[in-house]
Amino acid sequence: MNVIVCVKQIPDPATPGALDPSTNTLKRDGKLILDESDSYGVEMALQLVDAAGGGEVSLISMAPNGEVSGMRTALAMGAAKGVLISDPALLGSDALTTAKVLAAAVQRLGGADLIIAATESSDGYTGTVPEQLAEVLGLASVTFAKKVTITGGTLEAHRQTEEGYDEVTCALPAVISVTAGVVEPRYPSFKGIMAAKSKPVEQVTAADLGITPVGWAGSGQAVVSVTQAEARAAGEIIEDDGETFTKIVAFLENLKVI
Amino acid sequence: MALNNIWVFAQVANGAPTTGTLELLTKARSLGGTVSAFVGSDGAAVAATLGEYGATTVYATGDLGGKLPGVAVSSAMKAVIDGGNAPDLIIFPQSYEGRDVVSRLSVKLDRTVLTNNIDIAIDGDSVNATTPVFGGNVLVTTGFTGSGPHLAAFRPKSFAAESAGGAAAAVVAAPVPDLGATGGATVTAVHVEETSGPKLDEANIVVSGGRGLGEAANYEMIEQLAKLLKGAPGASRAIVDAGWVPYSYQVGQTGKVVKPSVYLAAGISGATQHMVGMKGSKNIIAINKDKEAPIFGIADLGIVGDVHKVLPKLIEALKGRS
Repeated sequence: MNVIVCVKQIPDPATPGALDPSTNTLKRDGKLILDESDSYGVEMALQLVDAAGGGEVSLISMAPNGEVSGMRTALAMGAAKGVLISDPALLGSDALTTAKVLAAAVQRLGGADLIIAATESSDGYTGTVPEQLAEVLGLASVTFAKKVTITGGTLEAHRQTEEGYDEVTCALPAVISVTAGVVEPRYPSFKGIMAAKSKPVEQVTAADLGITPVGWAGSGQAVVSVTQAEARAAGEIIEDDGETFTKIVAFLENLKVI
Repeated sequence: MALNNIWVFAQVANGAPTTGTLELLTKARSLGGTVSAFVGSDGAAVAATLGEYGATTVYATGDLGGKLPGVAVSSAMKAVIDGGNAPDLIIFPQSYEGRDVVSRLSVKLDRTVLTNNIDIAIDGDSVNATTPVFGGNVLVTTGFTGSGPHLAAFRPKSFAAESAGGAAAAVVAAPVPDLGATGGATVTAVHVEETSGPKLDEANIVVSGGRGLGEAANYEMIEQLAKLLKGAPGASRAIVDAGWVPYSYQVGQTGKVVKPSVYLAAGISGATQHMVGMKGSKNIIAINKDKEAPIFGIADLGIVGDVHKVLPKLIEALKGRS
C-alpha cells in the first residue's frame, strides 16, 4: 500500500510569529521545521504501510526557498521520498491554490491508496486544504480522524464530531485528515537521520505541475488592514504564600458566583 | 457592494438549529438583502426556528443517508447555484461540518474561502472579513477580490443571536446529486459522549487544566473544582494530545470557544492555540508556576504558584461553604 503524506514546513512555533509588513503574509524566511501536527500523519502512514506488509510512504510539501529541513525529519522517521514544490511565484497563494498544487504533486507521484494530512497547520490554520485536496482529486474523504484501520481496500475511522465521534467506513483511494494524538510519533533514529540525507526529494515549480495562475494572481483575497486588538487591562499578579486560595475565594465572592 | 442574497449553512443538533447557526442568521440579516438557510437534513422540522431568526427560505437536502455532510451538502448547494439561484455570500459556522462543506464548495465554485473569522462588513465595493491572529493580539481584515458567491466561516460566539420574530421559512427541496467516487465514505455508527453538568461552551464558569497538573490523575482536581462551582471542566490541547482527557474537553483554536463569566486556568501557560479559545471570558483567573507564562498577560487574578498546593486548599475552602 502506498501512502502520501502532506507535510508543512513552518517557522518554529517557539519563536513569536510576525507578519511581513510589505506583503501582510506570515514571515517564513527563517529556518523552517516540520509542523508537529504533521508528525502524526507521517507516523500513521508508516504504521499503515507496515501493517499492509508492503508499499512506501511519500511526502509532498510546498515551501519557499527550496526548504527541505522539515521534510528530512519526516524522511528520517521512515518516509521513502518526497516532492517539494518551491517557487517564488507561489507567495501569496490562498488555500485553494495550495490544494490545487498539492493535488498536482499527488498525481506527479502517480497517486496513492491513501493521502494523509493534518486537520490544519499550526501557523496559518485555514483548515480547508485536506477537504479541498480531496475535491480537486475527485476522491472521498474522512476528516478529523482520530483512529484509523485499513482492511483490504476499506478504511475504517473514528471521526471526531461536536458531540462525540462517528464510525465511518470509506473505500480507497481516499484522503483523510488526522487529529493530533492519533498515534505516538516516533523519534528519528541516528540511522534514520543518516539515511534521510540521501533519500530523493524532487524539487518542482508550479509551472512544472501545470498550475497557473498561482500566488497573488491566483488568490481571490487581499488583506485590507492589520490592526492591534484591544488589549485586556493588566490584572493583579501575586506570588503564592500558601494563602492565595483565599484571594481566589474573595474574587469569586465579589463576582457573586459563589 | 450590496449583498442581495445571503445563504447561511444551518447546522442541526438534536432536532434544532445550533446556537452558532442562529448567530449567523442574525448577522446575515444585518447585512441586508434576503437570507436563506441551507440544511443537510429535513427542513420542515427546523423551518419555524430558522424563519424566526430571519431566513425566508430553507433549502433542505433531506436525510443524508449516512453520507458525510462535507461532500453531500456542498454538492446540493452547487446544484441549486447551477440552477440559477446563486447567492452573493454564503456563511458557515467554523465547525467540523461547516469546514468540510465550505472546503468542498470552494473547489466546486473555484472561489477562495476565508475561515476563522469573527466579523464581516461591507465597505464600499468590497466585502471584508476579520480574523484574529497571534493569539488574538492582531486583527487581520481581508477582502474578497473575485466575484461571488463569497465563502466565509465564522468562529462560534462571534455574534449575538437575536430573534427577528419572523414567520416560518418556506422549505425548498435541494436533493443531493449523485456523488460518484467522492461519496465513498459512509457513517455506520454515531457515538455521543455524555458529560454531566453544564456544557463546556455554555457554562457560566469554566475550570481548565493543562500540562502543569503533572499527570493525568491530577485532572480529578479540575473536575472536582468545576463541580463545586457548578461549572464545566476544560483542558488545554497539550493534555488532550497526551490522552489525559477526551477531545471534547479542549478549549482553543482547534477546540471549543468559551466566553464564561469566570475562566480558571490551572497549570496552563497560555499558548496562542489556547488563548484564542478563552480570551473572551469576562474574568480570568490563572494559576501557574512560571511567572513569565503568557496567561498572566490576560489574567485578572494571577497566582504564581504550584497548582498542587493551591488547588487542594481552594477545593477544601469551597467545600466548607457548600
